[in-house]
Amino acid sequence: MPHQVSVFAENKPGKISRITDVLSRNGINIRAITISDSGDYGIIKLLLDKPQAGNEALQGEGIASTLKDIVAIKIDDAPGGLHRAASVLSREQINVEDAYGFTIREKSMAIFVFQVENVPATEKILQAAGFDILSDNELYLL
Amino acid sequence: MYLNSEIETIKQSELRNLQMSRLKKALEAASSTPYYSRLFRENKVDISAIKTIEHIKDLPFTTKNDLRLSYPDGMVAVDKSEIVRMHASSGTTGKSTVIFYTSKDLNSWTEQVARAVYSTGVTRNDVFQNMMGYGLFTGGLGLHYGAERVGCIVIPTSTGNSLKQIQMMQDFNTTAIHITPSYALHLVEVIHEQGINPHDLSVKKAFLGAEPYSDATKIKLEQLWGVDAYNMYGLSEMNGPGVASDCIKKAGMHLAEDYYIAEIIDPETGEQLEDGEEGELVLTHINREAMPIIRYRTRDLTRIIPEICECGRTHRRIERIKGRTDDMMIIGGVNVFPSQIESVLMNIPEVGNNYVIVLSREEGLDRMHIKVELYSKMFQGDLKVLQNLNKSIVEKLRSIIIINPRIEFMEPGSLPPSQGKAKRVIDNREI
Repeated sequence: MPHQVSVFAENKPGKISRITDVLSRNGINIRAITISDSGDYGIIKLLLDKPQAGNEALQGEGIASTLKDIVAIKIDDAPGGLHRAASVLSREQINVEDAYGFTIREKSMAIFVFQVENVPATEKILQAAGFDILSDNELYLL
Repeated sequence: MYLNSEIETIKQSELRNLQMSRLKKALEAASSTPYYSRLFRENKVDISAIKTIEHIKDLPFTTKNDLRLSYPDGMVAVDKSEIVRMHASSGTTGKSTVIFYTSKDLNSWTEQVARAVYSTGVTRNDVFQNMMGYGLFTGGLGLHYGAERVGCIVIPTSTGNSLKQIQMMQDFNTTAIHITPSYALHLVEVIHEQGINPHDLSVKKAFLGAEPYSDATKIKLEQLWGVDAYNMYGLSEMNGPGVASDCIKKAGMHLAEDYYIAEIIDPETGEQLEDGEEGELVLTHINREAMPIIRYRTRDLTRIIPEICECGRTHRRIERIKGRTDDMMIIGGVNVFPSQIESVLMNIPEVGNNYVIVLSREEGLDRMHIKVELYSKMFQGDLKVLQNLNKSIVEKLRSIIIINPRIEFMEPGSLPPSQGKAKRVIDNREI
């Protein structure tokens, strides 16, 4: 099961660069980044090629950071691609708490990454519906 | 010019004799209370050895915490049937400090406040609008009865309802007001908003008290309102307002020395300081039957002005209160210690060790903003979790400070560390 790194950050200039500085010094590559903001503070979510090492490096610098389980699936990079997956989740009453997606042109592939309450159960449901679930290594080495 | 010239201009040597005879009585009364009888026994205090005012330094101090420990009536020296009134200090969590009065005590407190009010030139021809809270707080009722005793028409408007306050001032030609400095700053703005020039009102004198404020604020208020402002100092443990107050000369607050023995001590060592040196004010109440309190540590910083006042009163003066020896905050009239806030924060596992309390004032109302570091090991990685945490902290704190604080989560390590003398409270309130 893949992980992303969730980092607490104050809503101030320089907060992202503090995080990217730690990651770059530790040779960790960022595959995707999202920021959810709540006024005074926010949470930065990072998809890293080495999430465990990244999380440890951030924590080592005193940054509030944690690993979160995620589901990552391959979807068609075509109209209706995400809709197929969303329909399955909707039918099974699975609530998506936080999500983002990205495409990889060279592989003409789209990846949908999201957080749910029960990751293994969701993976099973999507697998049964014919989706390709990415394991941690597959995802990180994309 | 004096309400009671005999006592107000008493020779200082005679005043000391009066204090000594009253101290003796107060100590005897105190010995009859559960709290002091045990304290004197445990500290081997022989009250018969207290023969001069100077010997008072041999007696143990009483603190606010001692009052809490003796809650509700461990310091009461009279039969319950003698008690006619109680007041309590601004409520915080847990036990507040309760003060009892006999009928005689109320009468002498009224006399004391009347003297203070009269010493500013207020007479029976004045209309006195009392904008302090009526209730457990001593500020409202204390001045109410004192001004009545002078013979003023007293308008008991209490706090808030600014438009009504202004209407009363206009309809009844109020000449004197009793008000907190923060509310006075707000009310004068409302008066302007109503298209009224405050200088056109009949208000000529303002009694300011119940919260700390600077000389700059006092002068600003005098200019904005077009009044003479008088400092009014008191604390419920010592009756309430009237403990010390400005006379018409506005050159320091006369202590009611026939009611109290005042000392200034070094707050660190507890040693007495000379007149003129700045330190903590310690008061012994020598004129209250129901509750004699010995060497009460007010935590207020001031100095005694030894010179005789031009007004002719012989009771010594103290300077406006400079600050406190503890970190007590007064928020919307409620006494709050940072430690109370800290104990709430530190019981929340997701919260780190460091926090900063920022106080500000908006439209005359106190606001509290608390910056608190997250504890990195307990970080869950979810915004929703943080929002719920925020809400629960606000709810826990609201029960202590009455107002809704704003909680801002900070990154670990972003606030000054707790070791040493970290500044925990930033007070941006214009006072």
